[in-house]
Amino acid sequence: MHDIAQTAANFINLDAMNIFYLFFVGFVGGLVSGFIGSGGAFVLTPAMMSLGVPGLVAVASNMCHKFPKALIGAIKRAKYGQVDVKLGIVLGISAEAGVLYGAHIQEGIKKSFGEAGSNLYVSAAFVVILAVVGGFVLLDAWKTYKSGNANEEEKVTRLARWVQSVNIPGTMVYFKSINAKISVLFTIPLGFATGMLAATIAVGGFIGVPSMIYVMGAPSLMASATELVIAFIMGLGGSFKYALHGLVDIRLAMIILAGSLFGIQLGAIGTTYVKPFMIKVVMGTIMVIVLFSRALMVPVYMSQLGLIQTLSEGTAKLMKNVSFGIMIFALVLGAFIVLRAMWQGKKAEQLSTHEAYEHGKV
Amino acid sequence: MAAQNKTVKKKPVGQMALMGVISIALYAALLFKQDVINGYVGQGGMYAFLPIVTAFAFSFVHGTFTGDFWTVMGIEAAKKKKGVN
Repeated sequence: MHDIAQTAANFINLDAMNIFYLFFVGFVGGLVSGFIGSGGAFVLTPAMMSLGVPGLVAVASNMCHKFPKALIGAIKRAKYGQVDVKLGIVLGISAEAGVLYGAHIQEGIKKSFGEAGSNLYVSAAFVVILAVVGGFVLLDAWKTYKSGNANEEEKVTRLARWVQSVNIPGTMVYFKSINAKISVLFTIPLGFATGMLAATIAVGGFIGVPSMIYVMGAPSLMASATELVIAFIMGLGGSFKYALHGLVDIRLAMIILAGSLFGIQLGAIGTTYVKPFMIKVVMGTIMVIVLFSRALMVPVYMSQLGLIQTLSEGTAKLMKNVSFGIMIFALVLGAFIVLRAMWQGKKAEQLSTHEAYEHGKV
Repeated sequence: MAAQNKTVKKKPVGQMALMGVISIALYAALLFKQDVINGYVGQGGMYAFLPIVTAFAFSFVHGTFTGDFWTVMGIEAAKKKKGVN
């Protein structure tokens, strides 16, 4: 299907600058993923494409770095008791089905409306989902911060309490993160939606984590850690699918992995220093900023489809560059919040250890 | 109590160095033999297992190295898991 000549055309030449660039973006993406369970992918794919990597190879190579990264992150966070493996597997399997269906829809849209139509669909999905879910997550984090209850255990939402109260015989499964039984008739559609979003905007966690928190009632720390299990399952299946067609550039995937494994370990360690609501702060902030990045691209694709007046080439290029810049800013800001929260947490811990020692001496 | 405080965990410097060397060797092999490796991986089909196995191998070696790296640097999980910050 793909002969070697075509393969060579798919795979770019790598120089030291490209390697450093991919390593750095991988590190920042890994740091955020280790903390909130996802993220990074939305920058990594365009980052590879900016080096001249064809779109499908960029998606495939991103996927192939994602599953080993998620595996290491999940193992690390499992050591801190934050992973619900059973919930991750149950959601992961339905997410895999969602990925396949999402990819099928994408292909259909591409056939009917072309590349611009497909891009418009992806951007519109980004804007709508990030506006609703990201806005809600950020608002919730803000309310927790203002209420002064940030140190207290997170409250289970009314929706989650209802979901936990519904008893459908033969479908109930106990999950330790929720400490209750939930019908798989709830988990399957949520996992499916996570997978569909992953196939559409590359970051399924933007649905997966909030649904575990707000719909099922899992604590933020456990939800973000369990998302890594889902990402592993989705990434492994997706990588194999792309690898069958020879689309994975293993050099790109492993260079990004080199950086992201440094990042994911650090992000995972960071979760042990922060208050749980910080997961929501980082996730909500990234989602809302990325929303603006994608919204900026909507007129470009609409112009390409002839739905609005045609934009000049210069304007379209400028909007594309600004959009990419905003995405990088979102990721770097997320990484900054993680590092800052971690630094403060470590300082507070050292201070309390010192005080305890002084107290002991007296 | 004092005895408990004195039990300082040994830092995995040796393991970090070993995994670091293996990791560098793996990356060197990947980059120096990239034409051959890409030639096989790019064919897909029965060679689809190659990138998957490579990813698992790299993640084990490099993942162990990066974990040890942060430990040796003194960056470890908080002692208390809740309400630290």
